[in-house]
Amino acid sequence: MVNFAQGDLMMLGAFVAVTLIGDFGLPWVLGLLLSVLALAVFGYLLDAFVLRRVLGEPQFAIVMLTIGLGFIFRAVAGLVWGYDPQSFPTPYTGKSLRVGEVVVSYENFAILLGTLILCVVLFLFFRRTRLGIAMQATSQNQLAAYYVGIPVKRVFSLVWAISAGVAAVAGILLAPVSLVQPGMGFIGIKAFAAAVIGGFGSIPGALLGGWIIGIAEQFAGVYLPAGFQEMSAYGILILALILRPQGLFAQIQRKKV
Amino acid sequence: MLLELKNVETYYGPIMAIRGVSLAVPEGRIVAVLGANGAGKTTILRTISGVMDPQKGEIVFAGEDIARRDPDAVMRLGLSHVPEGREVFPFLSVSENLRMGAYSRRDRARIAGDLERVYDYFPALADRGSQQASQLSGGEQQMLAIGRALMAHPRMLLLDEPSLGLSPILVHQIFEIINRINEEQGMTILVVEQNAHVALRHSHYGYVLENGRVVMDDTCEKLENSPDIQEFYLGMKDQMPRGVRRWKKRKTWR
Repeated sequence: MVNFAQGDLMMLGAFVAVTLIGDFGLPWVLGLLLSVLALAVFGYLLDAFVLRRVLGEPQFAIVMLTIGLGFIFRAVAGLVWGYDPQSFPTPYTGKSLRVGEVVVSYENFAILLGTLILCVVLFLFFRRTRLGIAMQATSQNQLAAYYVGIPVKRVFSLVWAISAGVAAVAGILLAPVSLVQPGMGFIGIKAFAAAVIGGFGSIPGALLGGWIIGIAEQFAGVYLPAGFQEMSAYGILILALILRPQGLFAQIQRKKV
Repeated sequence: MLLELKNVETYYGPIMAIRGVSLAVPEGRIVAVLGANGAGKTTILRTISGVMDPQKGEIVFAGEDIARRDPDAVMRLGLSHVPEGREVFPFLSVSENLRMGAYSRRDRARIAGDLERVYDYFPALADRGSQQASQLSGGEQQMLAIGRALMAHPRMLLLDEPSLGLSPILVHQIFEIINRINEEQGMTILVVEQNAHVALRHSHYGYVLENGRVVMDDTCEKLENSPDIQEFYLGMKDQMPRGVRRWKKRKTWR
């Protein structure tokens, strides 16, 4: 199940953080935790009241629904928070880290570290915990999941809660770099490209896909004429679909007929 | 009676698949439901385990009416369903598949004990604990599906065509193990089968289903000797005296 509103959930998470940290003046860590919690609850309810209705419908219905939800989220965020870019203070704003010749701002370093921690936590959750394995089981064979007594509907809602919570973390990490505005979720399309290149369902694959796209964009910006930087992610996506459509680390093996 | 169906009717949309079926499964017995393709065998099991809801009728398990309950609720009452066609979790390992069978349980020590027992019934699985389920052979996947159902420590097993797509030797092996589970644990089993030969040999009581109706029920011994069953389900042709065969014999229940 692909969620095309994931980027917009990220945007909502960032806006909640703007309100909590920027407007209410909560400490950054507390604001982060509360925003993640708020989005997780939102994700759970979104599934329980909206997405559950399309369960079992063709994949296409789910794609259309999530794209539509994305539009709604952007419009609502524009109404509530406005269209001007906003931000909030972080403990690491404006500082930078020097490693030999390389200078990395703490903002970028936090994204790197945060992503890494998130990946390890998710990986351990899906491989080691009972609920995590049950989530894998449910995605692989829903009927069999029912038969072994997994509460399939609740598991789906929890998956959405996790995914919205993760989106909030991403939004908060990204906020100091890209600023918070209703359109910030469009970066999700690049993330989608990264997931396709890496292979759906594979966390290391998504990381590698993201890394490839990031590097390619930077090189395209330096060595190729203007405009190629924006195009490069999609160029690579098309190339990957032609050469290795199942992704670099495919979890889903295509059935041979 | 551990499980009793009373006049159950189930529809697929406008099509009536089960036309008022009543059957009873006594505790500690193996009961077989025989029937051809499309007779409604699988639908009966789905209706019992709650994947489909009956339009009419009662399903009583251990004194409780379980008709129209969710499958996971029915399962927690002690009814484990092994679906048709080895529905395993393809990308989980064998041991993870088995552990998922015990999802609704918390008593770790007894889960470990049940895992030992499943490996004892199916030694082939013990050697492949860390392999992905999709890499197992058809027979092993069927064993895994049965083993996973046993991990729930059920009071009763529902088996849907355990012989489907397996070689005769494997079919025999699986039914031997089903008999062992029944004898050693006193497990009540309702098995649905097309392969009447094997099913009749390994069960105590049988129901014959045709077009969603029970047309005959008796002990398996008597069913095996019934001329109708012999001709239509066991494929034995009766030779009339002087080598004359009636061109078309009619079933006596019609």
